[in-house]
Amino acid sequence: MSALLEVDGVSRLYSSGNLLARRKFAAVDGVSLRLDEGRPEIVTVIGESGSGKTTLARMILNMVPPSAGTIRFRGTDLREVRGTRARLDFMRQVQPIFQNPFEAFNPMKRVDRYLFATARHMAGLTTQAAIEAEADRALRDVGLSLAEVRRRYPHELSGGQLQRVAIARALVSRPALLVADEPVSMIDASLRASIVSLLRGLCVRTGVSIIYITHDLATAYSVSDRIMIMRLGKVVESGPARAVLDDPQHEYSRLLKSSVLSPEVPSNGAAFHA
Amino acid sequence: MTARGMTAPALEVSGLRAYYRTSAFGIRREVRAVDDVDLRVEAGEIYGLAGESSCGKTTLIKTIANAIQPPLEVLAGSVVFNFKDHRVDMHRVGRDELRDIRWKRLSYIMQGSMNVLNPVRRVRHAFVDFAFRHIGKSKAEFLDIVGAHLHRLHLAPDVLEAYPHQLSGGMRQRVTIALATVCRPEFIIADEPTTALDVVVQKGVLAMIHSVQRELGSSVIFVTHDMAVHANLTDRLGIMYGGRLVEEGRTADVFRRPRHPYTAHLIASLPRLGDTAPKEGLTGAPPNLADPPSGCRFHPRCPLASDLCRREVPPMTEVAPGHRTACFHSDRVAPP
Amino acid sequence: MGRVFIDLLRFNRQFASGVVLLSAITLFALLSFFSPYPPNDSYVVPPDMPPSWSHLMGTTSRGQDLFWLLTFALRNTLIFGIVVAAISRLLALVIGLVAGYSGGLVDRALMSINDTFIVIPLFPILVLFYFVMKDHMSWGLLALMMACLGWAYDARLIRSVALSLRTREFTETGIFSGMSMRRILVEEHLPYVLPIVFSTTMNNINWSIGLEVTLSVLGFTDINTPTVGVLIYWANQHTALVAGIWWWIFFPVLLVILTFIGLFLLAVSMNEHIDPRSRLGRSEG
Repeated sequence: MSALLEVDGVSRLYSSGNLLARRKFAAVDGVSLRLDEGRPEIVTVIGESGSGKTTLARMILNMVPPSAGTIRFRGTDLREVRGTRARLDFMRQVQPIFQNPFEAFNPMKRVDRYLFATARHMAGLTTQAAIEAEADRALRDVGLSLAEVRRRYPHELSGGQLQRVAIARALVSRPALLVADEPVSMIDASLRASIVSLLRGLCVRTGVSIIYITHDLATAYSVSDRIMIMRLGKVVESGPARAVLDDPQHEYSRLLKSSVLSPEVPSNGAAFHA
Repeated sequence: MTARGMTAPALEVSGLRAYYRTSAFGIRREVRAVDDVDLRVEAGEIYGLAGESSCGKTTLIKTIANAIQPPLEVLAGSVVFNFKDHRVDMHRVGRDELRDIRWKRLSYIMQGSMNVLNPVRRVRHAFVDFAFRHIGKSKAEFLDIVGAHLHRLHLAPDVLEAYPHQLSGGMRQRVTIALATVCRPEFIIADEPTTALDVVVQKGVLAMIHSVQRELGSSVIFVTHDMAVHANLTDRLGIMYGGRLVEEGRTADVFRRPRHPYTAHLIASLPRLGDTAPKEGLTGAPPNLADPPSGCRFHPRCPLASDLCRREVPPMTEVAPGHRTACFHSDRVAPP
Repeated sequence: MGRVFIDLLRFNRQFASGVVLLSAITLFALLSFFSPYPPNDSYVVPPDMPPSWSHLMGTTSRGQDLFWLLTFALRNTLIFGIVVAAISRLLALVIGLVAGYSGGLVDRALMSINDTFIVIPLFPILVLFYFVMKDHMSWGLLALMMACLGWAYDARLIRSVALSLRTREFTETGIFSGMSMRRILVEEHLPYVLPIVFSTTMNNINWSIGLEVTLSVLGFTDINTPTVGVLIYWANQHTALVAGIWWWIFFPVLLVILTFIGLFLLAVSMNEHIDPRSRLGRSEG
């Protein structure tokens, strides 16, 4: 089976210090990942802050080049994606979803603008009618409609609605891969589950693969096929999601799981031991 | 356990109403952030304040702490602290007295540790700046007290010599907690102290707050939107929605048998590790506090809403011992 | 933008005063189209007459009615100031936005050029320019020259805003929506930069008028076209103050000061409006 995405021993180094003493520190260190073509799945990358998960996401989105290793999307090395046409072509197939929906849209502009722009440039539609029809289709896929969103500014919508609009925009070009960087961490907890199951539904219905980056194990459990736990730039454990989360092998994974608080009052009354 | 009715509550909030009123360019706007809130925090308990975005809990805390700046205005009600030897009405007290209470009787743990620690001075200076005056001993004795306090909280004493940026986020937050508790305050206001922290670090910081509270016997009001933290830390819990308190009771009771439709839905929709059942979120969005719905502010999204709910504001009524809720149909709320 | 303007007019006294002053000045300058005397003719009226009802601002030693002459002078000065401001804003915007957005080598190259222009001493260069151009000197050329010298500082200001906008996520959303750099700069970033541009425009007009007056008074421009500075130059040539013809100096200076104040009030009130903290402070409640 051919590969959709091949991340091969990828590292990203940053240097700090001054002229006399430079230190290199690895935000991402030797990470590998493979997604197959024709087998849509949700791969979750779990890590705390400083684990390198966001840097990994940015490398996959071709926003930042790797310092070592290669990333190939459908056989093409990302380093060779140069020039407007090639980049547009790449972006048509790989789209991001960002953490803060209020930052993902320009507060001074209406949100439908981005949907229309994506339809025009990525889906190659030319007439206003076709563009609006496509925007409406994408919005319906996420449980909204063009009528609700038309001519609205970001501050007129709630965080949950805005994030749905962001997902709709990403879907307009019918990408093969979505990279979602902490898509629900800025959304109220009661709305998180519905957005996360929306992602699951999209994967099943439209066949889009999703790389879901988060620090929240609870949402990861219900939605992922595979899971990758990162710490300080390295992958400490990976495998099928339920298996890893039900019975983590690595010491860090166990620590992570035991630190998660469950929204249930503990029956023995003592949650914290001094 | 506190003997009910024998000691006055540590904090009494009555009929509190605080709005943001702006008048810019000829447009008057009134955001009803806190509307007729009554609550009591008993001595020695951890009271949790929960709610999602734009529910008014941040404003409520600001009002309780008397951190009120225009355009925020307190329109009605009172906030009274019953400290060991005197009673303080927060909005009628003078600036000097406020300064005396701050840090010695009433202290704060805030969300950003960098809001408290001066980035260009060593941590030691923060302790001196904040607490030295209140403890009223000589510098040497003061530093001894601080050292002992840090030791009790399992913090290395050399943390005093560090600059804030040399410490990790979790460590900084622990230092902030040490700072807030060194004067042994009777009341602690904690506003989302662990929200920005990693889950591993969060557990440690919460454990620290728990142990400090048990040791000092302080009363705590703990504000966070994270229901899991409430479930594991707080004794009593108040839920805010649309600027109003909609449910309040012992944490275990509220989780086991919520009596307000919003609380029920909130608890049911939380993702849990190990649970793959599909969850439904609430439709709609939180009310716009500049133009809130009439009557019960939850009625546009409530599955049990009736005409009565649209017309009248449900009062907080006691539905079980120590358990209040503001809902006309609380008896029809299904148990989880 | 229109709503903002009307709101500012109604509620911000500084802005309103500035607008009133500038409207009066502009009106005055527009009167030049109704002047009974062509601007360059001399000895059309009795010279050296003090202000009176028939000659509102008196007459000059060259036999020109000061009032009507001043309308031309002010008009030319204003046009000059606006042209310089317009060209230099355009330059500053293009260079600042592109540098901030592109980063890397493009940014460094543009900023090296920028910094060179910042350190150039303006006045000596303009004087040198005059001596080099002498007979070919024209207002258009001078305006172009000053515009080329006046963009550098503001380009850096715009670049710093553009830099911060580049890292904001909505820029990435724009990129992933397929928007071209030109579209992103004009549609996404420009609205953030425009308020700064507007207030620096006021300052820039003040600066260019001031420089023009300085150069003209010293005789380093085309002294045959009437501008405020040229007027003062001629007044000095005819030793007006010594001869007691104070109105020849007084009225041009008064009008230029009023223009400065008007522009300054506009700039300050726009600045205040842009800064959201001060906006909140001014709202009661």
